[in-house]
Amino acid sequence: MADPMKIRANLVGDSTEVKVLMSHEMDTGLVKDKAGKIIPAWWIQTVKVTHNDKVVLTAQWGTAVSKNPFMSFKFKGGAKGDKVTITWIDNHNDSRTDTAVIA
Amino acid sequence: MNADRRQVLKTGGGATLLALLAAAGWIPSAWADAPGWSKADFDAHTMDDALKALGAGKPAASGDIAFFSTPDIAENGGVVPIGVNSKLPNTESIAILVDKNPFTLAALFDFPAGTEPTISTRIKMRETSNVHALVKAGGKYFVTSKEIKVTLGGCGG
Repeated sequence: MADPMKIRANLVGDSTEVKVLMSHEMDTGLVKDKAGKIIPAWWIQTVKVTHNDKVVLTAQWGTAVSKNPFMSFKFKGGAKGDKVTITWIDNHNDSRTDTAVIA
Repeated sequence: MNADRRQVLKTGGGATLLALLAAAGWIPSAWADAPGWSKADFDAHTMDDALKALGAGKPAASGDIAFFSTPDIAENGGVVPIGVNSKLPNTESIAILVDKNPFTLAALFDFPAGTEPTISTRIKMRETSNVHALVKAGGKYFVTSKEIKVTLGGCGG
C-alpha cells in the first residue's frame, strides 16, 4: 500500500483550491537499474477527485507525469468543512484514496 | 513492459481478451490497466498519432489557452512544472502533449461543469521539445504550443 497523499483544500473567494502531492515512483519502463535491467513501467493511470459525492475532476496519466505527482486545480461550490476525496489507480491495479476537509 | 503481455496483446486482439483473462484469474491483475484509462491515446509516439487517437483532428491554434508557471528553460527534465488555463467557453478537457517524449500524451484532465479549466502539474521531458496544450471546448479542439528547453534529460538510464 502506497503512502498517503498530502491534500490541501482551501477556500479562495467562491472557489476551492485543491493541491495534492501523491507518493508514487511513476517508473516509465524506459530506465535501467544499476545492473542494466529495465525497471518495469509502474505508474498512476487514473485520478478522480470528488467534492462530497460530486466528481469535480478526472484525469488520465501517462508515464510522463513526474515521480511523486503534483496536481493543483480549483472548483466552485465548496464550503468550509466539506470533504474533498481523491482516488488514484495505477497499472498494478493498486489504488489509494485520501480525504481532506476544506479549510 | 512484459514480453508475455505483449504476446497476449498481439495474438489475442487486445484489451478485451486481456480483461477476460484477468477476470478468469489466468494472469495476475497486476497487468491490467486501470478502468477508464485510454491505452490507445497514451500509446501514441507522435503528435499526429496522438491527435488521431484522441479524435482531435486538426486543432485550431487559440490565443485563449495559456501556459502559466511554466518555464522556458527547465534545468531538470524529470520535473517540469506545467500550468494550463483555458478561457474557451465550455472547456471539457485539457491534454498535455510533448513532441519529443517517447510517448506523446503526458496527461489528460476532464473538467465537469463548475470546475475551473485550469490545471497545474509536473511532467517529465526527455529533451528540449514543443509542449502542446490541447483543449476540447464545445466539442471542438484547440491548441497552444510552447517550446521548453531542457538542460538535463528527464528519463535517466
